Amino acid sequence: MREITLSQAVNEAIAEEMRRDGTVFLMGEDVAEAGTPFKVLSGLVEEFGTERVIDTPISEPGFVGMAVGAAMTGARPIVDLMFGDFIYLVMDQLCNQAAKQHYMSGGKLTVPMVLRTNMGATRRSAAQHSQSLQALVAHIPGLKVAMPSSAYEAKGLMKTAIRDNNPVVIFEDKLMYQDKAPVPEEEYLIPFGEAHIKREGSDITLIATSSMVQVAEKAAEMLASEGISAEVIDPRTIVPLDEATLLDSVRKTSRAIVIDEGHQSYGVTAEIASRLNEKAFYHLDAPVLRMGAMDVPVPFSPALEDTTVPTPEGVTDNARRLCAGEMIDAA
Amino acid sequence: MAKAKTNTEDYLRMYAQMVRIRTFEDNANQLYLSAKMPGLTHMYSGEEAVAVGICEALTDDDRITSTHRGHGHCVAKGAEFKQMFCELLGKEEGYCRGKGGSMHIADQSHGNLGANAIVGGSMGIATGSALRAKLQGSDDVTVCFFGDGATAQGLWYEVMNMAALWQLPVIYACENNGYSEYTRTEEIAAGSITARAEAFGIEAHQVDGQDVLAVNGLTRKLVERARKGEGPFFIELMTYRYHGHHVGDINREYYRSKDEEKDWKENRDPIVRFRSWLVAEGIATEEEIEAMNAKIETDASEAVAYAEAAPYPDMSEVDMHVYAD
Repeated sequence: MREITLSQAVNEAIAEEMRRDGTVFLMGEDVAEAGTPFKVLSGLVEEFGTERVIDTPISEPGFVGMAVGAAMTGARPIVDLMFGDFIYLVMDQLCNQAAKQHYMSGGKLTVPMVLRTNMGATRRSAAQHSQSLQALVAHIPGLKVAMPSSAYEAKGLMKTAIRDNNPVVIFEDKLMYQDKAPVPEEEYLIPFGEAHIKREGSDITLIATSSMVQVAEKAAEMLASEGISAEVIDPRTIVPLDEATLLDSVRKTSRAIVIDEGHQSYGVTAEIASRLNEKAFYHLDAPVLRMGAMDVPVPFSPALEDTTVPTPEGVTDNARRLCAGEMIDAA
Repeated sequence: MAKAKTNTEDYLRMYAQMVRIRTFEDNANQLYLSAKMPGLTHMYSGEEAVAVGICEALTDDDRITSTHRGHGHCVAKGAEFKQMFCELLGKEEGYCRGKGGSMHIADQSHGNLGANAIVGGSMGIATGSALRAKLQGSDDVTVCFFGDGATAQGLWYEVMNMAALWQLPVIYACENNGYSEYTRTEEIAAGSITARAEAFGIEAHQVDGQDVLAVNGLTRKLVERARKGEGPFFIELMTYRYHGHHVGDINREYYRSKDEEKDWKENRDPIVRFRSWLVAEGIATEEEIEAMNAKIETDASEAVAYAEAAPYPDMSEVDMHVYAD
């Protein structure tokens, strides 16, 4: 199978959906000729024109609000939020407006829009361009949240998001844009709420999102060489969450570590760990462990920044100790 | 009064719609005072000529966004009393199945994109609706209602900029009732409000919001021009709210005098003024108007009784409509 980058996968997904459905359009800062700073959208304006690939002023609440209104009246906008950190700027439009219209109107209004943005530290971009804020939006009923872990997921989840009748936030890890993965030429979609078992194992379950899937897979390799069999699961969407697949795995392995790049406290890892504790408690041989980013603003210095995110070595170490029956101070 | 080129039927409908709003609000206030209505509500009484003058210039394909003070827009855009009172009381037959209440009330089938309880919160929605119209080659126009208080929100300046850059068919209708919640507008607004729109190259008008014909005449012209791609436009409608910020805001002399309220009610009431004009022009007799008023009173009482007896939503509805299929 051919291999393409995550960036090309996103581009292909959007192009295919724009060809298929004339109501789909793109808007955001520098999405047209510039194709975004990460060049993810390069070439789209040449095919679809400036009518459907719209460069906006630097007015995040304004253009996200406009996407909500366009979605409510018959269009399917994809809004590009250049950095995930800017999500704080659009919280009212996303969480008070987009997320609640369907419910507040008793099901009469719908908001079929996609907000694509990014996440991920270790790019030496400091505290305001490095955050992974998926927990913030996953907390809000009415929003769906997708976190692709490779080019394959990025394409399939984007296409599903564009066709979904709800506001969907997609977080792409900006460090993965050039990562290649096998992606079929023929069309496919990845349904929301279906986790993917990346690797089967019997001693411990590693549940990981986005780029943390790679971290978990590397850890599983290292653990295998020590005779520990780790299962790696990628939920792919955290809202909706495929709880059944996670629970089945944990009932089988009796141990779990949940890994996500958002801050550890009150985060995605906490939510998933809590559900496992509530629903699989009597199958567990060890506490479910959370591994998120440290609870500090992301520092600039490489010497500091690299210590703030989960690593394969850290996951391996924790998994080994859990399997040995040690208690771990989860901080 | 300014004269608009409409026929007798239009005049009488405008009058009836204004009376329907006033009557709806009087009944809503009674429901609050008698503790039959859950929560609070923000009365539109006094501002009827704004909603009616504007909405009577629109078709069902044209959209509006409304505010926390939204009953007037809802009635003016074509809603029925029964479903409105049901919504106010949280009943299943309400326009939003009881999930929205007073602050989110809307008859979506007539192009009302919802009442918004975040001040200025719908400015993006309205402008986005206009963007959709332009992208899809549709000639509908969107009117964004908001109060003077909302002019302090940054969102407005962001979307006005884009609406002007892309010549979107949106009309920003600022209902300036003189008060930003419990504070005089002069205390929160520097300079001129129309000048703010003009700074973006948007044609701005100020109009007497108590004169339904003036409002309607101006809006008709602007809607026609917006349909042809000459938008956006801004209208500042000078009006007054008879009640407090909400129904519980009873003692308000610390921010405005009873004399001021009396003056607006006795000398500038939009319904009284239009009624006198209709009689003076020979369009309706006093008797005909009284009969119209009585009919509306009866309709409202029946709708209130209906809503009071109507069932609440089933408990199973609580987690329904969080997500669309």
